Amino acid sequence: MMDALDRRIVTLLQDGVPICDRPWQEAATTLGIDEAELLARLQRLLAAGRLSRVGPMYHAERMGGGLTLCAMAVPEARFDEVAGLVNAHVEVAHNYARAHALNMWFVLATEAPADVARVLAAITAETGLAVHDMPKLDEYFIGLRFAA
Amino acid sequence: MTGPLDATDRRIIRATQAGLPLVAQPYHDVARQLDLDADDVMLRMRRMQAAGIIRRIAAVPNHYAIGYTANGMSVWDVDDGEIARLGPLVGALDCVSHCYRRPRHLPLWPYNLFAMVHGRDRDEVAAGVARIAACLGPHARAHDVLFSRRILKKTGLRLAGG
Repeated sequence: MMDALDRRIVTLLQDGVPICDRPWQEAATTLGIDEAELLARLQRLLAAGRLSRVGPMYHAERMGGGLTLCAMAVPEARFDEVAGLVNAHVEVAHNYARAHALNMWFVLATEAPADVARVLAAITAETGLAVHDMPKLDEYFIGLRFAA
Repeated sequence: MTGPLDATDRRIIRATQAGLPLVAQPYHDVARQLDLDADDVMLRMRRMQAAGIIRRIAAVPNHYAIGYTANGMSVWDVDDGEIARLGPLVGALDCVSHCYRRPRHLPLWPYNLFAMVHGRDRDEVAAGVARIAACLGPHARAHDVLFSRRILKKTGLRLAGG
């Protein structure tokens, strides 16, 4: 369970910390705790799976890489098998099962833009299923913060 | 890799993409791992942040695990002539975490605007979707909401190798 302090930590730390010698100090002060307690809490939240990670959020395209959203219509009987084949690619950053005829949605992030086509072709070949490529054409992104 | 990153930047990215060490001086830790100077690591990371390569240094919640169990990918078939004007209005709604224009895949997929709506339950998501519908008005011909059933993978971006 998360207590009130955990929730304040999760909410505050989504806004980001500075890149400096002691990056957690300012947040700890804001929260009214010391740095060591903040770090211990973050470790616990990570271990409990409340946080996926704490660190830099890299922007794939600005790194010169490729990024796209892909959708597949996977027969239910093959769902776990296909998820395993898709997830085995290190370029698959996240993958969600969704309630729709297109029931598997994953994001591909590659080092070079040309790698997207290679990975898509590999997944098509491995699964025997069509992969629908839906690259971002424009971004209208502000960025929600979860009130935890 | 093309672009403004050199080999040292890429080593820093590989060392930090799964997260920072949760110690008082994480950049010193990273620098020691990579046999670099901590000031150089911080300088390079600040440069990457200024260039937008790093969006921010932050905690990334597993939104399921903190109670946002309803996550609806709302998708909309919006007039091509209006989407550049309306997209930013949808993206600015506080219930929307990501908002993108993507290609249609006709006839299977008529939708060109994707707006991710998170909520503690489906009612909260439905309320968000209603706000988007009000925002788009008659310029959205059709829409759907794809609820997530489960996370199959969530690692964030990873550079291969290294």
